[in-house]
Amino acid sequence: MNRRQTYEAAQRRRSLAVAGVSTFAVLAAIILLVPLAPGWPAVKASFFDGGVFVQTFPTLLRAFLIDVMIFAWSVPLILGLGLAIALARGARAPALFPLRIFGAVYVDIFRGVPVVLTIYLIGFGVPGLGLPRPWNSPYIWGTVALVLTYSAYIAEVLRSGIESIHASQRNAAICLGLGERDTMRYVILPQAIRRVVPANMNMLVALQKDVALLSFIGPVEILRQAGIYKSLLANFTPYVVAAVIFLAVTVPATRYADHLLNRDRDARS
Amino acid sequence: MPEAKLSLRGVQKSFGDNQVLRGIDLDVAAGEMICLIGASGSGKSTLLRCINQLEPIDDGTVWLDGLDISEPGLDLGPVRRRIGIVFQSYNLFPHMSALDNVLLAPRRVLGEDNKARAEALFERFGLAQHMRKYPDQLSGGQQQRVAVIRALAMQPEIMLFDEITAALDPELVGEVLNVLRQLRSEGMTMILATHEMGFARELADRVCFMDGGVIVEEGPPEQMFTAPEVARTQAFLRSVLR
Repeated sequence: MNRRQTYEAAQRRRSLAVAGVSTFAVLAAIILLVPLAPGWPAVKASFFDGGVFVQTFPTLLRAFLIDVMIFAWSVPLILGLGLAIALARGARAPALFPLRIFGAVYVDIFRGVPVVLTIYLIGFGVPGLGLPRPWNSPYIWGTVALVLTYSAYIAEVLRSGIESIHASQRNAAICLGLGERDTMRYVILPQAIRRVVPANMNMLVALQKDVALLSFIGPVEILRQAGIYKSLLANFTPYVVAAVIFLAVTVPATRYADHLLNRDRDARS
Repeated sequence: MPEAKLSLRGVQKSFGDNQVLRGIDLDVAAGEMICLIGASGSGKSTLLRCINQLEPIDDGTVWLDGLDISEPGLDLGPVRRRIGIVFQSYNLFPHMSALDNVLLAPRRVLGEDNKARAEALFERFGLAQHMRKYPDQLSGGQQQRVAVIRALAMQPEIMLFDEITAALDPELVGEVLNVLRQLRSEGMTMILATHEMGFARELADRVCFMDGGVIVEEGPPEQMFTAPEVARTQAFLRSVLR
C-alpha cells in the first residue's frame, strides 16, 4: 500500500466507526426511551399485536392482490393516455390547436385536484347517472379516476423528456428529409422515453400506493380489508400489516428507480 | 434564371436584430467543390443552413436546378433529400446502431430497404466492421464518417459540410478529409465551410472568403491563397496561415 492508500484506509475505518457508534446510539435511544412513554403499553397492544398480525396477514395479502390487479391494468392505460396527452400538448399544426388547449387544461385540472377528490367525484358521480350493471362498478370508475390523474403527471414527465432532446437531433432528421411525424416517432420519442424511465418509475410507485384510495368508493382491497379487521378485532395491527405489505413492494421498486436515476446521471456526466 | 446546379442571389438572413447574411450571390456548377473560409461568425454555417432551407431566408432566392427552393410555403421534404448536410457535431441518433442511422431515412422517406447499398457505403469508407456499433462506441472520426454515409444514403445531388472536422482531435481529422477526397474524385457537388486551409487549397475548385455576412472575395485556390486582392482577405489569411 502506498502512502495515499494507507491514509484513505485509515479514514475509512474512522468513518465506519463513527457511523456505527452514532447509529447504535440513536437505535438504543429509541428502544429504551419509547417504551418509557406513558401510553406505550396501550399503543403496543393495539398496533403491534403478534397474534392479530399472524391472524390477519394471509387475508390482507390476498386483498393486496386486488390492489396489484388494479395497478396492473391501470399502468398501460396511463402510459398510453399520458403519451397521447404529451403529444397533443406539443402539436404545432394550427388545426390541432384545440388539441393543444385540451392537453393543457387536462393537465392543469388533474394535477391540481387531490387524487382522492377525483376518485370521490368520478367514483360516486358517474355511477350516480344510473348506469346499469356492470357499468356502475367502482372498479371501472376508480380506475378511470386513477388513469385520469396519473396520465396527467406522466404526460408532463414525457413532455419534459421530449423537450430535453437537443434541437440538433431534430435538425439532423429534418435534413435527411424525414417528416415531422417520423422525426418524432423514430428520433425524438425513443430517446425521450428512455430518458424519463426513472422519473416514471417513481410515478408508478406513487400509483401503487394510491390504488389503496379506491377503498373509499367500495372495492374491498387491502386498506378496506384492514379497516374491517380493525372494527372486528378492535385492534390497529391490521393497518401495520398493510403498511408492511406495501413496503415489501414499494421499497424495492423505489430502490430500483433510484438505481436507474443514478446510472443515468453517471452515464451523462 | 441562372444555369448553374445551385444558384443564390441576394440571400439575406437575420436572427433578430443580428443580420448574419447581407446579400449572398453564388453559383455552383455540377461537380464543383467550393470551400467557404472566414472567421467564426462570418456567416459560413448560416449560409449552408440557408442553402438546404433548414433556416428560411428573409430575402433573395435559392435555385436548385432552376427550381426556386426558397419560395415560402414550398414542401421542403423533396428538396432536403436532394441536398445532404453533415454537421460539426455529427448529430447521429444515439439510440440506433450506425447501420440503422444510415437506413432510417431511406426506409421512411424513399420507402426502400436497401441494406446492401448501405453496407456497400460502409465498406467504401472503411467502416464495415463498425456498422453494428452504436455512436457512443465509435471515435469522433468514425462517427463523422457515419454521418457522411447517412447523408449519402439518400443519394443527394449536393453535399454540404459544416466544419465537419472542427470538433475532432487532430489525429482524427485525416480520416474524415480522406472521405471528402474520395467524394471529390467521384464528382460529387460539394460546398464546405472549413478551417482546413491546406485542404481547401489542395482540393477546392473555388474558395470563397466570407466576412460580415458577405462573400468578400472568391477565386481559384492558388490565387486566393497566394495573391488575394482584397485587404480583408489578406488580413484573414495572414492570421490563419502564419
